[in-house]
Amino acid sequence: MEFAELIKTPRVDGVVLHRPFMPTVEGTLCLTGHHLILSSRQDNTEELWLLHSNIDSIEKRFVGSLGTIIVKCKDLRVIQLDIPGMEECLNIASSIEALSTLDSVSLMYPFFYRPMFEVIEDGWNSFLPEDAFKDLESMTDEWRLSDVNKDFSVCPSYPPLVAVPKDIDDDTLRKAATFRHSGRFPVLSYYHKKNGMVMMRSGQPLTGTNGRRCKEDEKLINATLRPGKRGYIIDTRTINVAQQAKARGGGFESEANYPQWRRIHKALERSNVLQESLIKLVEACNDQSHSMDRWLSKLEASSWQTHVKEILTTACLAAQCIDREGASVLVHGTEGTDSTLQVTSLAQIILDPACRTIRGFQGLVEREWLQAGHPFQQRCAQSAYSNSKPRQESPVFLLFLDCVWQILRQFPCSFEFSESFLVLLFEHAYASQFGTFLGNSTAERTRLSLPEKTVSLWSWVNRPQELERLTNPLYEANSLVIWPSVAPQSLLLWEGVFLRWNRSSRCLDEAYEEMVHIIEYNKELQNKVNSLRRQLAQLETEDPLLQTP
Amino acid sequence: MCHLRSFGDKCHPVEQVRLLDRFSNKSTNGTLYLTATHLIFVESSSNNSTSAGQEIWILHHHIASVEKLSLTTTGCPLVIQCRNFRVVHFVVQRERDCHDIYSSLLRLLRPVSYEELYAFSYNPKQNDQQREEGWQLIDLGAEFERMGVPCDQWQLTDVNRDYKVCETYPRDLYVPITASKPIIVGSSKFRSKGRFPVLTYFYQEKKAAVCRCSQPLSGFSARCLEDESLLQAISKANHNSRFVYVMDTRPKLNALANRAAGKGYENEDNYSNIRFQFVGIENIHVMRTSLQKLLEVIGTRSLNMSDYLVGLESSGWLRHIKAVVDAAIFLTKAVTVEGASVLVHCSDGWDRTAQVCSLGALLMDPYYRTMKGFMVLIEKDWISFGHKFADRCDQLDGDPKEVSPIFTQFLECVWQLTEQFPQAFEFSEWFLLQIHEHVHSCQYGNFLGNNQRQREELQHVSLYKKGLQQCLNLC
Repeated sequence: MEFAELIKTPRVDGVVLHRPFMPTVEGTLCLTGHHLILSSRQDNTEELWLLHSNIDSIEKRFVGSLGTIIVKCKDLRVIQLDIPGMEECLNIASSIEALSTLDSVSLMYPFFYRPMFEVIEDGWNSFLPEDAFKDLESMTDEWRLSDVNKDFSVCPSYPPLVAVPKDIDDDTLRKAATFRHSGRFPVLSYYHKKNGMVMMRSGQPLTGTNGRRCKEDEKLINATLRPGKRGYIIDTRTINVAQQAKARGGGFESEANYPQWRRIHKALERSNVLQESLIKLVEACNDQSHSMDRWLSKLEASSWQTHVKEILTTACLAAQCIDREGASVLVHGTEGTDSTLQVTSLAQIILDPACRTIRGFQGLVEREWLQAGHPFQQRCAQSAYSNSKPRQESPVFLLFLDCVWQILRQFPCSFEFSESFLVLLFEHAYASQFGTFLGNSTAERTRLSLPEKTVSLWSWVNRPQELERLTNPLYEANSLVIWPSVAPQSLLLWEGVFLRWNRSSRCLDEAYEEMVHIIEYNKELQNKVNSLRRQLAQLETEDPLLQTP
Repeated sequence: MCHLRSFGDKCHPVEQVRLLDRFSNKSTNGTLYLTATHLIFVESSSNNSTSAGQEIWILHHHIASVEKLSLTTTGCPLVIQCRNFRVVHFVVQRERDCHDIYSSLLRLLRPVSYEELYAFSYNPKQNDQQREEGWQLIDLGAEFERMGVPCDQWQLTDVNRDYKVCETYPRDLYVPITASKPIIVGSSKFRSKGRFPVLTYFYQEKKAAVCRCSQPLSGFSARCLEDESLLQAISKANHNSRFVYVMDTRPKLNALANRAAGKGYENEDNYSNIRFQFVGIENIHVMRTSLQKLLEVIGTRSLNMSDYLVGLESSGWLRHIKAVVDAAIFLTKAVTVEGASVLVHCSDGWDRTAQVCSLGALLMDPYYRTMKGFMVLIEKDWISFGHKFADRCDQLDGDPKEVSPIFTQFLECVWQLTEQFPQAFEFSEWFLLQIHEHVHSCQYGNFLGNNQRQREELQHVSLYKKGLQQCLNLC
């Protein structure tokens, strides 16, 4: 299949580009198989390189023979192209539509991208499960790495290697997998060094209406309990929804079969609700009516902030069970691929300072989202401006990033990375030249040969030049468990994402630059002081007359 | 020496008092002390407490209300709400002790005369000379000179030197060159409370002026040639513009209603060269209610996100803040972009007028964004021009209907600006909070009374006066 077939008009001159906060530019518009490019007429500099996969939807308008295409992007940017000539405009529009709605993954840009930088460290190998396990091994010998899923036959959405209690053999795992939604048997998500408690995650138990039980599943999770101690199961559905799930073959862990586990229901919304919420929020942010009451009403009606609060609350609950109560926790919803992962990854941000470092956070995203089988391809197929009927799209990962931002804002010195890293991850999850977020599971990524055929985002991000940009100048490493406030008054709208294109951040950016300078200057002065002190000490030892009395 | 109403022998400290945390179930034990000026809670130090001996000092003047709730099994609850929005919840073991504290506080809360205010007993380690210097830090004459006034179009008039024309205005007023004494006096008779149009800010670059006044006593059809002449004079003083904007900062409905009471607004037919504009900011009663609602919402325990946003909206607080900022932006555009002079008024010209003029000046002039400049701005547009601090901030036991968070709103508007333009201001949020604290604390003499004349009388009465500026300059 040739991309050229889809491009009706590859090039149009005299196109005017309108972008937020930048002056209008006239130039030549080019369409390639993967990009929409605008080159300025003045000096042939490329003003715009837009991935087709970043386009959510387009709108066409005509005034006389001048056509306008409004391009709405998944990163929430909206740009306008004024194209002379109705035919050219229609051709461009339909070409864009075709190119931005390609279904096949192997046609996506990461397969064609050739990096302009030297790949020093291959991000595809930076966060392998076996390496993460080595860290675990150094802390405890109660766990083992099982390769029961090495050909993805036991659980298609899990990675080939998973950490399970040492005394549980592969056969037990196979049986437990038949008892869990999509074969997602309970696996280790996080080990809390301070007290040896663990957090596990899984899919819902398939108890069905007959009250089916699975001794292997019970054995598996009971193996994580200390003698005489109870554990907590956090179910991200209401008790009613969990009950109703039985009719469709699902269900929850009954007290009778799991007597050592206390079940807590903390409902988090499902995918389609979250997508609606995002659409409404973005609409509210783009509302130009400038009325305070409308703004607050629309913000409230979107419920986005409510979701943020609920997810953070549940994550805090999980973290409390582990750190304060000293109990182990199992988290699941229905499939165990969405709200479950929000809870387990956020809980780790709260509990584990290592997850707040840049590499640690990358590792967290790798483990708890990518390898854990969050269906990125499906969830990030469309964003807030999508015109088509929503299928599997949902801003689950974006909500997670929003929650991380809330904590980062409340604890500005506890994170090695800054807000820009979170925004970067948001962008690349939806559209990217890198293959990291392609596919829905490790199995798919292996099948598509992504590690061989595409470049990893981590390869690029971990280069010193990029890291510098993403580092938080206020970071002071600490070993604390940090407890965010989930009061509504403490949670803010993430302007860096949702108001990014509506309001110029120039003054705030300048203030941030100034802050970075002040911190650097302070460090320089501190070094100078230290060096002068050393000199003074040196001189004092050399000349006894100079010694201070 | 302190001017202290005697409360007999009930000054003894009360032990075993619990301080409840508003949003959680935690509590701390300690002892409650009542002095002439403060209520003090001292946490009892215990072996496992890391913050042993935490102290909470509450100035009596900061207390807006005290409530004694019904007796519970753990003791007698006492809820204290402060003007700086602090809310403290004590539980006193013995009902009799609780009642003693409660009734003592009630009496201390309601000072009847100025001498009882803290400013008159507060005595930092300063000598007379330092104290005098504190008061002289702000020189409004020098400030007007900085703006370029007096000049060829604007003069200093001595018509109010003895407060004979307008009691609530300062002694020194700046008017157009062509405004003679009869014109001024005539205009003052046509304006509510005698507050005739005067200069408050001069934008040198465009020779445009910001003037302020109160509403005209026009009723449905009354006219005043002197008042019209004065506005003419203001217009003529600006060669760059053919007209003067008149900003009435009230909603149109309120202004119309005032006509029935013999007041109202300027009729464009009668005043040549004016362009009239309503910029609807609500009145002091609406603002008072708005704040009450806001405090109720944010003080709610276990608040969910939806109730928070809905409550925030229904309080209207942010809507009012926006209205004030919008008005200031309109003023700024008119002056700096169009180069037009603007006359701002509301009803009495000491609430919304002060907000809009001072906020506008802050947008227009970077000097007011320095620490000293900000203090000068407050001294000029709020203190000297007679914003009724005593009434609005409930300094004495006055009319509750006069209390309103007008100055607080202004400070919040400034804070909003510092959030949007972090590098444009020399001061930080802390500075704004300190000012807010002390407007209500009456610890310093700056904000006492309702106008300049009253303040000067108080200065004669007592030698104890301190300058807030001095204190803040030292920080």
